Amino acid sequence: MVSSKKTEKIAFFLLFLATLLIVVPVGLIVVIIIKKGIGAISWQFLSDIPRQGMRAGGILPAIVGTIYLVLGALIFALPIGLLAAIYLSEYAKDNYLTRIIKLAIVNLAGVPSVVYGLFGLAIFVVFFKFGTSILSGSLTLGIMILPVIITTSREALESVPYSFREASLSLGASKWQTIRHIVLPNAIPGILTGAILGIGRAAGETAPILFTVAAFYLPQMPKSIFDQAMALPYHLYVISTQVPNVDEKIRYGTALVLLFLVLFMNLIAIIIRYQFRKQKKW
Amino acid sequence: MNIQVDNLNLWYGDFHALINVNAAFTEKQITAIIGPSGCGKSTLLRTFNRMNDLIEGVRTSGQILIDNENIFGPETDLVTLRKKVGMVFQRPNPFPLSIYENIAFGLKIHSSVNRNMLDEAVQLSLQQVDLWDELKDKLKKSAFSLSLEQRQRLCIARLIAVKPEVLLMDEPCSALDPQATARIEELMRELKRNYTIIIVTHNMQQAARVSDETGFMLLGELIEFGKTEEIFTTPKDKRTEDYITGRYG
Repeated sequence: MVSSKKTEKIAFFLLFLATLLIVVPVGLIVVIIIKKGIGAISWQFLSDIPRQGMRAGGILPAIVGTIYLVLGALIFALPIGLLAAIYLSEYAKDNYLTRIIKLAIVNLAGVPSVVYGLFGLAIFVVFFKFGTSILSGSLTLGIMILPVIITTSREALESVPYSFREASLSLGASKWQTIRHIVLPNAIPGILTGAILGIGRAAGETAPILFTVAAFYLPQMPKSIFDQAMALPYHLYVISTQVPNVDEKIRYGTALVLLFLVLFMNLIAIIIRYQFRKQKKW
Repeated sequence: MNIQVDNLNLWYGDFHALINVNAAFTEKQITAIIGPSGCGKSTLLRTFNRMNDLIEGVRTSGQILIDNENIFGPETDLVTLRKKVGMVFQRPNPFPLSIYENIAFGLKIHSSVNRNMLDEAVQLSLQQVDLWDELKDKLKKSAFSLSLEQRQRLCIARLIAVKPEVLLMDEPCSALDPQATARIEELMRELKRNYTIIIVTHNMQQAARVSDETGFMLLGELIEFGKTEEIFTTPKDKRTEDYITGRYG
């Protein structure tokens, strides 16, 4: 018979070890990418177009393209996702239709990203005739991040204490007034968490933009949402596998920029979220 | 404003929670509803402002007349009803807003008001619950910085701001210590000059202290209803007597 103190120690050790293991890959990824890529980072790298068959010059068009795509995806997915989440958490009765909608959201989250790419190609590029464009790519990415946004927004809305709604309704506020003035403001931090997760996915995925927007090599800035654009993840794929003799430094430098771009966009969302959380007092 | 309850029945799904309740609540006095847990007293209270509507599967029959108008009638507007019949909850539940905004909330949703009117209403409401002097310099502070008693007073002030006629109180002191309870009871006595108050409590002493009339409920039925002194000194029903003498509950 092992003493309970001993099992407690073993359990603690195993749990701690498992948690520690999560930190290792994250740390290694960041360290390796920084170490191998930092040498490529210069003002020219960030502000110039790619030159010499992408073996030199900068990656500005890809940076700009990724920012456009992420913002575009959020512009489509955030309002729709939020409205859907409000409907599901506040209005929907538990019936057959609601269950189908919830099942659809779960399944949408499980669709492989390359399937989104093909779907975007068929629907936005071909059917709606948006062509290979920022619009098509943003819409495709938007659909891809919808489930994340809906799910986190719903959780955020549902975590607002029932007593707040009760108090508001008992004062004669309508259901919408209650949602608008009491529930939503208190759910914003959680909703922003969904946006953060969405930003990360939209910025990093390659497959959905492959057929819908990404240009192999386009040494200029996009002029409208109907233009093709370069994007960092696809550019990284191209210079890593399709173009021979690209300096390792440039590949890791591109990865580093992508990493920091996502971190930077997340940081903005986190700061906004922090501002809202400061006001939250329960 | 008098409230008349006629043959009120309420079901939660298959559960018959209120059985043939008949009662008349007199205006500008305090009526207490007492009874053991699960007897339906909170359910009864929540029919007066139709908060039970929020629960799925609730059915009612019979009628409740407030101002001679059946609140279950098709022309009843819930917004108007709840403005007229306000509620104070068991746990103080201020909004996570400033003290000022808590009170301004009700006014803002019901009408377009300017800053001056709001300032005035906030002051008046806080004065009525004896909070103005302590809080007038920190109206911008969060309502969550207040003590439990202050929060409950603030909730009452928030309610008074929308000018209700009836105050429903669902165990308003159960989260408070005895001194705070005594002060809230004092406040209720002041408020009854202007409002009709119905309070649910399972604290019998509280009912005896503050109320003019008392109803005793058991298993969904209103067993006895009458003057508080009579209920507590000469109850007519054996079950009422058993309850107030502490045989069960």
